[in-house]
Amino acid sequence: MNKKKMTLHLKIWRQANAQAPGRFVLYTVKDLSPDMSFLEMLDVLNEELTKKGELPVEFDSDCREGICGTCGFVINGVAHGPRRGRTVCQLYLRDFQDGQTVTLEPFRAKAFPVIKDLVVDRSAFDRIMAAGGYISVDTGSAPDANSILIPKEVAEAAFDAAACIGCGACVAACPNASASLFVSAKIAHLALLPQGQPERHRRVLKMVAQMDKENFGNCSNHGECEAVCPKNISIKYIALMRRDYLRALLAK
Amino acid sequence: MITASPKLVSKIPSGPIESRWTRHKDSLKLVSPTNKRKFTILVVGTGLAGASAAASLAELGYNVKAFCIQDSPRRAHSIAAQGGINAAKNYRNDGDSVWRLFYDTIKGGDFRAREANVYRLAELSVNIIDQCVAQGVPFAREYGGLLDNRSFGGAQVSRTFYARGQTGQQLLLGAYGAMMRQVEEGRVALYPRREMLDLVVINGQARGIICRNLVTGQLEAYAGDAVVLCTGGYGNAYFLATYAKNSNATAIWRCYKRGAFFANPCFTQIHPTCIPVTGDYQSKLTLMSESLRNDGRVWVPKKKGDTRPPNEIPEDERDYFLERRYPSYGNLAPRDIASRAVKAVCDEGRGVGASGRAVYLDFSDTIREKGLDYIKEKYGNLFEMYQHITGEDPYKVPMRIYPAVHYTMGGLWVDYNLMSTIPGLFVLGEANFSDHGANRLGASALMQGLADGYFIIPYTIGDYFASVSLPKVSTDRDEFRDAQASVEAKLKKLLAIQGKKTVLEFHRELGLLLWDYVGMARNAQGLQHAIEKIRALRQEFWQNVQVPGSNDMLNKSLEMAGRVADFLELAELMAIDALHREESCGAHFREEYQTPDGEALRNDEKFAYVAAWEYKGDDQPPELHQEPLIFEFVKPTVRSYK
Ligand SMILES: Cc1cc2nc3c(=O)[nH]c(=O)nc-3n(C[C@H](O)[C@H](O)[C@H](O)COP(=O)(O)OP(=O)(O)OC[C@H]3O[C@@H](n4cnc5c(N)ncnc54)[C@H](O)[C@@H]3O)c2cc1C
Ligand code: SF4
Ligand code: FES
Repeated sequence: MNKKKMTLHLKIWRQANAQAPGRFVLYTVKDLSPDMSFLEMLDVLNEELTKKGELPVEFDSDCREGICGTCGFVINGVAHGPRRGRTVCQLYLRDFQDGQTVTLEPFRAKAFPVIKDLVVDRSAFDRIMAAGGYISVDTGSAPDANSILIPKEVAEAAFDAAACIGCGACVAACPNASASLFVSAKIAHLALLPQGQPERHRRVLKMVAQMDKENFGNCSNHGECEAVCPKNISIKYIALMRRDYLRALLAK
Repeated sequence: MITASPKLVSKIPSGPIESRWTRHKDSLKLVSPTNKRKFTILVVGTGLAGASAAASLAELGYNVKAFCIQDSPRRAHSIAAQGGINAAKNYRNDGDSVWRLFYDTIKGGDFRAREANVYRLAELSVNIIDQCVAQGVPFAREYGGLLDNRSFGGAQVSRTFYARGQTGQQLLLGAYGAMMRQVEEGRVALYPRREMLDLVVINGQARGIICRNLVTGQLEAYAGDAVVLCTGGYGNAYFLATYAKNSNATAIWRCYKRGAFFANPCFTQIHPTCIPVTGDYQSKLTLMSESLRNDGRVWVPKKKGDTRPPNEIPEDERDYFLERRYPSYGNLAPRDIASRAVKAVCDEGRGVGASGRAVYLDFSDTIREKGLDYIKEKYGNLFEMYQHITGEDPYKVPMRIYPAVHYTMGGLWVDYNLMSTIPGLFVLGEANFSDHGANRLGASALMQGLADGYFIIPYTIGDYFASVSLPKVSTDRDEFRDAQASVEAKLKKLLAIQGKKTVLEFHRELGLLLWDYVGMARNAQGLQHAIEKIRALRQEFWQNVQVPGSNDMLNKSLEMAGRVADFLELAELMAIDALHREESCGAHFREEYQTPDGEALRNDEKFAYVAAWEYKGDDQPPELHQEPLIFEFVKPTVRSYK
């Protein structure tokens, strides 16, 4: 355990609601333990604000272990902050320097309107998933699980894509606010598996159409998404999605 | 003596156990396909239980409305489950069967669950895996393309299916996908960022809910023909737990106060392998999956106060205490037993780490025998998680672990059809009490949530609709208005107190009380003390809590305040239940009732029953109802893992 205490200066985006204008407000938090998580540090700040009669900084979080995709904001210009392959909730103060000034702002994208402070509305992702992010199989109609043989490498490859947590950092990092990494991860997960083949064309057409409807921008291969993705989702899936999309269009 | 309460009609079918569920299904009434769309079902919660129920009910043609606290249904707490899901597939040819899974589960629960429920669960386990594979869940495979398995605690066969260390995530994404397909079909309407704050009961039937829209603060009323609660467990009452921050007891607690009986509230599971507490700012604890005990060995130094680093402690000065005490299950002893053993060695002063409240989970033998890659492939993400949190590399130094609150076996009482004591209120998943008795075995919560949602509720809810009369109700009725008014009054009251202590401070204090007195070991004196302390804390809360902001905005402090207020009431019931159960069983360890070598001492004659508590008013003690547990197929024995 690390005994040294730290101080952080925080520049945090405060915005009362979707309509209100926002602005940065400066806070200083002292006597922090380096073993504390970044969100626990915000808990400490919020306790202090509450005691002073001020409004706490609102931010989303739930599992606090990097799996639910609830947390997420931009730290010093980078979605999910300085550590590659981690979510905001997986950052610890030992990842920061004593006395550092840290800027916190919400994910910025037209498709993700700010709700309050660091909280944004990512429901567009659910609508894209509703359009086709699944295999159509009613409960009770499945054959025996081992009747579908899936080579280990194939299952592992599908898993790599299925690991997306739907956090939206890829959108926030993209200069065009494209959702391509998120959408392609689901398309690749299902396209790589035998069970996903029957709906492969239909799925990609429907999901891409919905993505376009939701005010996300186009992908122009910047690769910023991959760099911030906490689950290291690869941009090769975007290429797969494009190929599948063209094939599906041709087949139509 | 145990007396069966006339208020608890369990509807357990009779006859041979193998055919009970099939015959029960055949006897259930059906709703015709064209009539199904006339029924509206309110599904609260979108974890494994809720998402699978919403999808399956909508596929049948019912009208479903699905509610959850998170911004997306995919983020429910089930997403965090790591290790795996059990199923009696016997793909290993190692002697597994439905009977064996049934027996392991009922024994694992220390003979405090219903035989018929547990058998049904084991039976349905095989269908769950089929369903999930068809949905595209990328379970681990062998080179030949067949499904792989691992072992979990309390079993001597290998029946746990897994998807790396993210099994819950992959299963939930499967169920979420199935539900989203029904959203697209127009049969499920989604209501995320909503918190159910009350149940509306009309003519004795559950007919609606009151929710707070968490973005606007507005209260919203929804009417339906049945309410299906899938709101998860209440372990966050302890504050520090492996649960997600938003997990809470509010929905089940408010239903309890509307007449649903609460069963076995003191049965709470403390999981042996979690990352230990490091500081008083800590907001949650992180689980290290039980699957790690397949390849990790648990030990402490033999000597008290041995501060040498682990690699400098020679083999013969280490105590592999689980292997020593439980030679036939070794490191895979069930959770309650392993947790108590860990606590015991730490109490003796042999714990490790700065706080002395930790033991080693050591992989060096396996790394030596099977190589680093083997460990990386199986547990890579868990090792990474451990390193992120502690800053230590578990490939090089053994993990340090300690028990933490993880699961609640107790919950709302339900009959065999998963209906509570309020007609039309069904309870699924961790929110009910149904299948795990006094201790849950690993990899069986995912199994239960999905069995309830995919394969049980679709049958039993139809029988309810076909058996009762359900006149149309609208949210203009007085019952809705009254419920909404009482919710509103409570929110206003919370905001008006403007005291000096924050919600978090109250929550931490409550958590410590529960951990110390209603935790891994309990005794009468401590429980009485806890009850008094909880009452006092609750009183203080309602006079001195400070909730910032207002009701008409996104206000997480207000959300938490409501949940902590409910935990403060539930905590007392947990202690009352623990005090009344004068025996040790499963996770409920009463120090007064133990064998000479420190194992749990059950009292079947007096306590082989489900304790279901009825709310009698804020100033009245709750009333106990007993449902005797009758064992026709297995003989309750002393639960031994030696
Ligand atoms: C870290 C961890 C690892 C685990 N690993 C395993 C494992 O490997 N195998 C296993 O079998 N089990 C495991 N478990 C246990 C298992 O994950 C849970 O018991 C199970 O997922 C619970 O599912 P559920 O559907 O009942 O509820 P949850 O997944 O908890 O979902 C609750 C839902 O209810 C909603 N909700 C709650 N209250 C309200 C309200 N008032 N209004 C509206 N919505 C509400 C929430 O938003 C959420 O959607 C693990 C648990 C933890 C904590
Ligand atoms: S692709 Fe990565 S960054 Fe984008 S939503 Fe998925 S996990 Fe988040
Ligand atoms: S809170 Fe779940 S990923 Fe960060």
